[in-house]
Amino acid sequence: MRAWRHLAGLPAVAVALFPLVFVVAASLNPSGTLTGSNDLFAAVTWDHYATLFTDELHPFPRWFANSMAIGLITAAGSVFLGACAAYAFSRFRFRGRRAGLLGLVFIQLFPQVLAYVAIFLLLSAVKEVFPPLGLGSRLGLVMVYLGGALGVNTYLMKGFFDSVPKDLDDSAQIDGASHAQVFFLVLLPLVRPILVVVALFSFVATMNDFVIAGLVLTDPDQQTLAVGLYQLVSYQLGQSWGVFSAGALIGALPVLVLFQFLQRFITGGLTAGAVKT
Amino acid sequence: MKRALRLLPLAVADALALYGLVALGSQRSWWMFAGLLAGTAAINRIYLSRRAVPAKYLAPGVVLLLVYQVYVVLYTGYAAFTNYGDGHNGSKADAVAAILAGSEVKVAGAVPYPIRVMERDGRLGLLVQGRPAAGWRPLTYGEIVARQAEITALREPADGGTLKTADGMTATLYRATLTYDAATGSITDGTTVYRDTGRGAFTAADGRALSPGWKVFVGHENFTRVLTDSGIRGPFLEVLAWTFVFAILSVALSFGLGLALALLLDGHRIYRSLLIFPYAFPAFMAALLWQGLLNTDHGFVNDVLLGGARVPWLSDPWLAKLSVLLVNVWIAFPYMFLICTGALQAIPPTLSEAAQMDGAGPWRVLRTIKLPLLLASTAPVLVATFAFNFNNFNVIYMLTGGGPRDANAPVDVGSTDLLISLVYKLAFGGASRNYGLACAVSIVIFMVIAAVSLAGFRRARRLEAA
Repeated sequence: MRAWRHLAGLPAVAVALFPLVFVVAASLNPSGTLTGSNDLFAAVTWDHYATLFTDELHPFPRWFANSMAIGLITAAGSVFLGACAAYAFSRFRFRGRRAGLLGLVFIQLFPQVLAYVAIFLLLSAVKEVFPPLGLGSRLGLVMVYLGGALGVNTYLMKGFFDSVPKDLDDSAQIDGASHAQVFFLVLLPLVRPILVVVALFSFVATMNDFVIAGLVLTDPDQQTLAVGLYQLVSYQLGQSWGVFSAGALIGALPVLVLFQFLQRFITGGLTAGAVKT
Repeated sequence: MKRALRLLPLAVADALALYGLVALGSQRSWWMFAGLLAGTAAINRIYLSRRAVPAKYLAPGVVLLLVYQVYVVLYTGYAAFTNYGDGHNGSKADAVAAILAGSEVKVAGAVPYPIRVMERDGRLGLLVQGRPAAGWRPLTYGEIVARQAEITALREPADGGTLKTADGMTATLYRATLTYDAATGSITDGTTVYRDTGRGAFTAADGRALSPGWKVFVGHENFTRVLTDSGIRGPFLEVLAWTFVFAILSVALSFGLGLALALLLDGHRIYRSLLIFPYAFPAFMAALLWQGLLNTDHGFVNDVLLGGARVPWLSDPWLAKLSVLLVNVWIAFPYMFLICTGALQAIPPTLSEAAQMDGAGPWRVLRTIKLPLLLASTAPVLVATFAFNFNNFNVIYMLTGGGPRDANAPVDVGSTDLLISLVYKLAFGGASRNYGLACAVSIVIFMVIAAVSLAGFRRARRLEAA
């Protein structure tokens, strides 16, 4: 690589990474306010991290645990539901198959966020009948997310399933495998890259969701990172900047680590048409 | 045994469904009852039959899809044609009850009765005289103090009026000043008659309306209101235009920057590992972070980079537009860089080599071979990113909250509001919630996205075929 190319590369990296450096500095800065944080790394303290885990006003550990649990369950559920549907669409020929696929692409164009009035009313009604799935329940929120799983993922995963030759299932079936065995033992291991990508993206999308999570979960102990950190900043901007920075870093850590580890899967999945939300 | 194990999940689902049916039945929610019954029957048929194999794989996802996506979309479509919102929440009967209760005044010369507040199974009642019925017990003084709000809301019908208590010891007779005439469906206070004009409120001849009203169909009124109401049309069209500008420029700038970097850096591993960091950093946190960095008085950009300048990055209408756009490009360009790197590497090198053999320079190879192939393979991503940015609520809400607010507009709208954040404000923000209008705008957004996406995908397919 020629040296002059770094002239373009280095500024780009600087612009891209600078805000992240700032968060690290602010989270360690003893002043804790926005103004004070501008002296990057002038002094270092771990106080904000301590506050984060002890302050009862902002139950950060709960937010973190909630976000992880909701994110992981949603990711696992989305992958499972999406893979099942992709298997059906890829390997079977049935009435309504084409219409079903088109319908999924179409319904996906209507983002759930647009329907939040209706989601709010639906969950209020569900709460009357079955509180564990209604308004104010984390499981209820997961269900809402899973409702969007098919629309977003099926088409992408079906394309990947299609690229696995059908001879493989045929020979397994001749050996006496049932359709479930073909699915779980033959196909799923072969499409692992797309499973990883879909899981990762639905995890990230869940972490980032602010609107629906804020709508469904109102009790501070049940809230997610997105909702909690937003309130932390918006109510007392400047004052709790150090605490926010510490929280943002810890909150972002799992995703950053996952991305670095799964880099090779991601580049492949991205070109297959996955969109980060 | 094996079959029994396999049926266990179905049995659990059926048990839950049965519980739901009983609960719905006891609440007389017959529509939901019918829906749940039909759904349970279909699920049982699918999993008990030996055929219908694809349905077995589709059913769980489809059920969730129907409830949490299809139903809510249809409900949004329905609500868009109603006046649903604050003051128009329930049925006409609810509205009548609320209006009559609200009109009650103390009967002239009425003396307070001594009463006792009684309780049974958590429910409260007023005992005027005599012995309480079985199971009711009087509240202690401490309980009366603790449940004050509940007690003052108690209403006991008596003597052509209602007994209400303020202190939990005595009650006074109240009578409604308005009367409801079921035959004509109107409410009167003796002189003025408030009629049901079919618009979801009791309205007098001079236009005064009683509150609350109730939910009725208003036809396409919400849609025409968006386009004709002079107070809404102006802001709506401005927001619509800005939403397009924001979505198009976000995609174009981040794609251009990402592509340029991908070409220059040629898939260099270190750059890829570094640029994946901002991509992986959760977008909502990035937006909150930039809100701090761009703060006028204390932000790093003004304070340090610009040496103490006071540039109103987020509070000047035009600068705020520029800021949200630039921040969004910051969030998105590493993603585009990764996409373009992947797509460029997927182009077979033999193609470029063949062109070079024929005497094409590097610029020519780029323009006639690499770019067209790259565009064809990334077009679906670009369309999807456009649709995503069209509804990019997070960036706007976390950075500016849609502001700075347009002081001249009658509705709460700011210069960086996208359609989606406008919907949010109509539905949940401000003094009065207008679900009907919010749903109507949602439907408009959906139409726009559907049209753009269909056109985009068709174009992409043509590119692929070419």
